[in-house]
Amino acid sequence: MSDTKDQFRPDDHENDHFLLTTVVGSYPKPKWLNRARELYEDPDADFDEDNWQEAKDDAARVITDEHERAGLDAVVDGEMRRNEMVEFFAHRIEGYEFNGPVKVWGHNYFDKPSVVSDVEYTDSWLVDEYEFTASATDRPVKVPITGPYTLASWSFNEAYDDDEELAYALAELVNEEIEKLVDAGARYIQIDEPALATTPDDHAIVGEALERIVADVPEDVRIGLHVCYGDYSRIYPEILEFPVDELDLELANGDYEQLDVFKDPEFTKDLALGVVDVHVAEVESVEQIEENIKNGLEIVPPEQLVVSPDCGLKLLPRDVAYGKMENMVQAARNVEKALDEGEIDVDRTAAPADD
Amino acid sequence: MTEYVSTTPGLFPLPDWAKDDLSDLKGHQKHDLIGGDEGEEITDVYQQAREEVVELQHEAGLDRVVEGQLRWDDMLAHPLAVHDSVETRGIVRYYDNNNFYREPVVQDDLGFSGDVASELEAATELTDEGDDLQAVLPGPYSLADLATDEHYGDEADFLEAIADFLAGEVEGFPDHETLFLLEPSLVESAPGDGLDERASEAIDAVASATDADVVVQPYWGALEEKVYAHLLDADVDAVGYDFVADQDDNLYNIQEYGSKGDVSLGLADGQNTLVEDPEALRDRAEWVFERLPVSEFETVYLTTNTETFYLPYGKFEEKLAVLAEAAELAEVTPA
Repeated sequence: MSDTKDQFRPDDHENDHFLLTTVVGSYPKPKWLNRARELYEDPDADFDEDNWQEAKDDAARVITDEHERAGLDAVVDGEMRRNEMVEFFAHRIEGYEFNGPVKVWGHNYFDKPSVVSDVEYTDSWLVDEYEFTASATDRPVKVPITGPYTLASWSFNEAYDDDEELAYALAELVNEEIEKLVDAGARYIQIDEPALATTPDDHAIVGEALERIVADVPEDVRIGLHVCYGDYSRIYPEILEFPVDELDLELANGDYEQLDVFKDPEFTKDLALGVVDVHVAEVESVEQIEENIKNGLEIVPPEQLVVSPDCGLKLLPRDVAYGKMENMVQAARNVEKALDEGEIDVDRTAAPADD
Repeated sequence: MTEYVSTTPGLFPLPDWAKDDLSDLKGHQKHDLIGGDEGEEITDVYQQAREEVVELQHEAGLDRVVEGQLRWDDMLAHPLAVHDSVETRGIVRYYDNNNFYREPVVQDDLGFSGDVASELEAATELTDEGDDLQAVLPGPYSLADLATDEHYGDEADFLEAIADFLAGEVEGFPDHETLFLLEPSLVESAPGDGLDERASEAIDAVASATDADVVVQPYWGALEEKVYAHLLDADVDAVGYDFVADQDDNLYNIQEYGSKGDVSLGLADGQNTLVEDPEALRDRAEWVFERLPVSEFETVYLTTNTETFYLPYGKFEEKLAVLAEAAELAEVTPA
């Protein structure tokens, strides 16, 4: 059983039980940061690289602080320096090139990059981001990294025989990056693999890529895997074999309809349960979130439960994103207290099949 | 003597300026997608973009010119998504791609729409009296597969209704040389017993609505044997094969069951920025024909395997030029 969770328990934590609260990563950017980007991209504006860097630093500080104020136990900078989850990394990996925007849906496009030669690691991708965020807060900082399977799947592959081979090559680079992050002090790393939802039959490739990612990573470093918006029955229980401490799953959006998938066989990892829906722009009540958290206790004991939104919060209005985090933390503390006082039955003995 | 015809299955990417202009004019949300009742400003942008892609195809030297289907925000589901008897709901995944479309839910009789016909009218004016114009539609099986039925009630009735609807649309088309019916669902969610035969009959019904040559293009793999055998019963001129996704099974199908008098070869990858050499495409066509017992096809269409909206515009332009060149090469040094 993973024991990497307790290192994130705050010294002054008020309850005996500890449900680690965190976020998946992305957060709405302050409007002024988007304005600053426009200025930076406008050749006629008097806004240079230093100004742009300063704006991103300011935003990272503000959002890290916002996470702290919401009471999260492990914070992120809201990915203020990242534009998109594949583009950001592709710009930093040798072997990628950009050929222009492609459609995702309607008039939503992204600069889908092409891998045109062997991918290589040059400068670190996230160490500066991590060090800055860590210096801006006393709380533990979680580092989300787009996983190699998603980096491969959401790129054009011109250079490798197939996406599997490309994913493994990228996994080696992610491994190198994680080593650098760990050297810099990072203890909580989350690999994001949303592409697994598109092609669940490829779970073995994701598993093999993860083996390469975690090679030689110290045991006290917590590695999570975030997956969202898929048919989990097609990847469970296979994902229990993955070499990670925590599986971070979106479940609130589907109103926990897929909860039973995880009851058999027993969930042996830590479960980071999505307890607020990021596709609904209303803040769930504390009571509602408490009920959502209790769903997680049907799957794992409190020691294995982590509480988080379904997915990145970046598409929500900022005040709604904040409200969701704040209520989520409050709900987690309430559930911890109720657990301490024995008010919640955590006996997960399977109900009779004919109930 | 085999005639090589360079073409595409349509559904082009928008030129980058049009992506920007239309994003600004229409917006980014679900309700901003095309409804078939767009105003003058938006219509003008699409007309300009249409002119650009028709000219591009002429310049590249393609033997068939498509309208481009630039308005098809919902990809192959478009003809239903703009229909009055259809309600569009949530955003759903488009096959196994990182692309999404609005789920079209059929709620009433599918009468004549004319939406695609009016696009083709506009394209006709840009071509030489339409003599190289190629119409593009989803095949009836794929369109039914992409949609949800809340009106007809029965799977067989629904498929038949979709086929009748598409046939009606085709009857409204201006003159066209070729009609491509795109049928990825025949591969991606293959019809089972009974439905495979009805899918073929549905294709037949649409094909019989035009005097043009009809090509049925399945993609993302090869058809299951039974599905393929039934498809050959449809009265169409050519079947298409996705030789990018699957060479062996497609070849096996042709070897085992034969094909039609014409053939469409999906040889250039519509989903990868790697631009093929024209010689390589010619060689791939040759590779196919060398492995067939009798390979006297009257017409060979050379095309991308899939729609091309997956590509950045610049790479898409290059692919068109390569297809045109490959067809010329093949004609000079036939397989």
